[in-house]
Formats: sequence, C-alpha cells, structure tokens
Amino acid sequence: MNKAGEMEEGDVILKLEDIHMAFGKVQALNGVDLEVKKGEIHSIIGPNGAGKTVMMNCINGLYRPQKGNIYFKGENINRVSPHKRAELGIGRTFQKLELYGGMTVLDNIRMGSHIHLKSGILSGSIYVGKTKKEEIEEREFIEEEIIDLLEIEGIRDQVAHMLPYGLQKRVELGRALALRPEVILLDEPMAGLNLEEVEDMARFILDINEEERWKVTCVLVEHDMGVVMDISHRVLVLDFGNTITDGLPQEVGNNPQVVKAYLGEEDLYITRR
Amino acid sequence: MELFFMTLTTGIMVGGIYALVALGWVLIYKCSGVLNLAMGELTLFGAYVTIYFYAMGVPFVVSILFTLVIGIILGILVERIFLDKLIGEPILAVIMVTVGLSFFFKGLIEFIWGTDTRVFTPAIFSLKPFTVGFLKISTVYFWSFVLAIVLFLVFVAFFKYTRWGLSMQATADDETAALSLGVSARFVYAASWAIAFMAAGVGGALLGNINGVNISIGYLGLLVLPAVVLGGLNSVPGAVVGGITIGVLQNFAGTYLDAFFPGGVKEIFPFAFMAVFLLFMPYGFWGWVKIERM
Repeated sequence: MNKAGEMEEGDVILKLEDIHMAFGKVQALNGVDLEVKKGEIHSIIGPNGAGKTVMMNCINGLYRPQKGNIYFKGENINRVSPHKRAELGIGRTFQKLELYGGMTVLDNIRMGSHIHLKSGILSGSIYVGKTKKEEIEEREFIEEEIIDLLEIEGIRDQVAHMLPYGLQKRVELGRALALRPEVILLDEPMAGLNLEEVEDMARFILDINEEERWKVTCVLVEHDMGVVMDISHRVLVLDFGNTITDGLPQEVGNNPQVVKAYLGEEDLYITRR
Repeated sequence: MELFFMTLTTGIMVGGIYALVALGWVLIYKCSGVLNLAMGELTLFGAYVTIYFYAMGVPFVVSILFTLVIGIILGILVERIFLDKLIGEPILAVIMVTVGLSFFFKGLIEFIWGTDTRVFTPAIFSLKPFTVGFLKISTVYFWSFVLAIVLFLVFVAFFKYTRWGLSMQATADDETAALSLGVSARFVYAASWAIAFMAAGVGGALLGNINGVNISIGYLGLLVLPAVVLGGLNSVPGAVVGGITIGVLQNFAGTYLDAFFPGGVKEIFPFAFMAVFLLFMPYGFWGWVKIERM
C-alpha cells in the first residue's frame, strides 16, 4: 500500500499554508495555516460560517484556494484534481450525507474500495482469473474489517436511504474507510446524532485512529465540544476565516478569545448535552 | 387488418432507431442533468459521415465503425472545448450552449456537404420486402432495427457491467461522493458525450438509409425528445419503450389520420401526444420522481 517516502508517526502529513479562499466578496478563509501530524486527530472548531467546511473542501480539492499551498506527504497538491487526491489517500465524509441512497450498505462500502481494483476494462468486464480473485479479496477485506469495526453487520443488505440518520453517518464513514485512506476528513460526523450514537461515533473515530490495523490520521470538524476536547490531539479554532488559535485541547479551552468567539453559544461551548 | 399490422411493425422498427438516439439523450441527462438540444444535429452529422465514407467505396459496416470513431473524437472535443468550462454553472446555461452547438453543427454540415439530398448508392439493403406469414417487412427497416438494437445492447452493457460504466452511474447519482472516492467527473462527462455522439451518429446513418440523407434527419433526431420524455428522462429502459411507442404512434398517425388532416400530422402527432401525456405523468414512465420532505 505505502509507497516510497513512508511517513513516520509524528511527521507532518498534511500541511496548509496561508490559504485564502473567497466567494465573491465573502472572505471564507483568510490566510489559514494547518499542520496535521501523522497519527493525530486534529480538530477544527469555530462558530457557524467560520470556514470549517470550506477548509475541508480545499483539502479534498472540491475548491481551489485563490492563494496558498497545500502539501500532502511533502508534495504540493494544489493542482491535483479531487479524484486524484482520493487516490493519493485522502478520504472524507460529508456534513450533508452524500450516500448512494438507492444502493445497499454493502454496495456503498464496496464503491469506496473500487480504486483498489487494478485490472483493466477488458478483464474487468469478464469475471475471470485475476479479477475474480481480486474481487474476492476485496470483498473479504470490506466485510470482515469495516463492517465488524462499525458494527453494521445487521444492516449490510439494507438500502442506505431507508436507514436512520445515525446509521447512515456510520455507513458513510465505512465507505470513506474502504478507500483505505491515510488521512480522513470527517465533516461533522456527530451532527444530528443522539447521545448514544455520538458516543459510538467517537469510539469509532478513536478506533480508526489508534488501532494498528488502521492508523488513519483524522481531520475532524465538529461542534460537539465535549467530544472534540476528549478525543483530539490538537485543535484549530477558526472565526470568520481567521485562525484564533491552534494548540492542545486544554490550552484552547482556556483561551479567552475562543470563549469570546463562542459568546452567545455558551451552552454549546460547555457541552451540547 | 393487414395494413394495421404493417403499420405496427414499421413503427416498431423505426422506433428501435429512435431508441438508440434516445439512449444518447438519456446518458447525457443522467450524468450531467443537461438536456442536449443538439442531439438532432449529432444525428445528422453521423448520417453525413457514414454516407461520405460509403460514397468513397468503404463497406457499410466499416463506414459505421468510422462513424463511431469520429463520434468518440467529436464527443470528447465538444465536451473539452465547450462544456468542461461550464461544469458547476447553472444547467440552463449549459442547455443554451447545446442550442448554440446545434446551429454550429448544422452550419458546419451545410458548409462541408451542401444541402442536396444524398442517397446511399448502391443501396445497402435490398429494396424488395420479405414476407413473414401475411406480413410484408421492408428489408431496410428490418436490418436497421437489428443493428440499432445490437448497438443499444452494447452501450447498455458498457454502462451496466464495466467499471467505467459504473463510475458513470456513480457520478450520475452523487457527483460529490464520486469525486471523494476517486472517480473522475471530467472523464465521465467526456465518456457520456462520446457515447451520445456515437449513438446519435449511427442512428442518423440508419435513418439516412431509409429516407436518404438531408437536413430533415436533424428533425427526426429532435423527434426523439418525446420518446425520451415518455420513458422518463433518466431511464435507459424508458428510452426503448419511449422510442418504440413514438415510432408506432407516428406511423399510425401517418396511416390513419393523414386522410383527415393532410400534411404533417405524422410529424406533430408525437409532440401532441407528449404534451397530453405529461399532464398525467409528469416524470414519464420511469423517471426519478422527486419527493421532498417538508
């Protein structure tokens, strides 16, 4: 899986440098920097409209920043198209679910692993030899590991859009994992979930981050302060496109500017529950 | 009674060609949400390309293959030059560009080949009809139908069973998700235009065999619009059913209504039918019904 230039734990795997992104006259990001180290959970927080999702879209390539550089594993990926970034190893989930609603849970997850099927169009269209073996290995990988991990054994054959919201969020995480990414961008994975589901989701994120099998670096956008402070290694705080602070969770929690940015949302700040 | 069945079989066979052209329409709509109003001119272009090669002495089947290849090239060029820059712009803008493309192609065709009607000489299919039971079937219609259906199945198989086809479906369903999973949307758009050009081109060549090649084939290409709407804009099986229904309706109108409304009733009947049909089934037979939770 890993190519030359293998990263060590603690190396900077993803780096954003002075990112400027404007939509017309709205300055969504105003010179933001971010350094994500391999193996970390790096959270991005901020009030609504702070530019968190815009940042995710810049990393993933859906948006091209007007100014600034993005490096993945030391290489500048400014001009790399979104689907190529997925192949490089950047997976993501979405704030607003983007599942294939009409397909089953299993098919959604399989869709995530399609880039790892290497055979060409001809052998791919007739199921023989190499292709068949590949398919079987792929399927085992998906079924055993992702479905086990996310505890979705019971719903694997159900149609995705019929599922409760919390489970759909889980399926989307599974699909992103099937890409076998090195960095995963999680855009509000807990939004709209109930207490129990939030706890499950937090556990899954810790699992994929810590378990030897996965070891995925996470970039997490989330409003639930309790969860963010509990599971993050580092926290970046944004407000109206500007960085307020970037540091360890305890430092960030005690920063008066952060408290100010959240003024009027004190309940949210303490914890949503 | 015999007249009835003859009209019916002719309708079905012309309908098969409509289905092929309709497929091109459906694919582009499915992948990008664009109604390609240049479809008629693409059909026309295919007809002229085929007859051009045929007139040079290239066998008919090989001419069709050339048409397919030129279809791929033109499809990719059009997508890259005109439409790539419009990704993310309002759909209406893209549809207007396809209107512009239709004028462009019509002009280009008149510029290259003039406006005279051309016929395939020597005729490719025997002019003599053959008889099955009491039915007389025209050889041209029959083979055109067979060829259209075969190509239709090839395109559908590509769409359904190859990884490229599947990535086209994935993009059609949810473009953002497909991008995040490593599917190239640009590739998918180029592929859908290439297939549309190919399907329309061969459809045009087959229609040209029946009536000779002139500008009016472009209108026949547009006649496919009711077929597509009937089946539901994004349904591939709908394209078949819609195509054949329109073919049959058109021929029945020609046979039975022409006496009462002399002139163009054959041409307008499918559109009149479409208008009435949409009052009752606004999404066609198999279109995606949009239900929103309030």
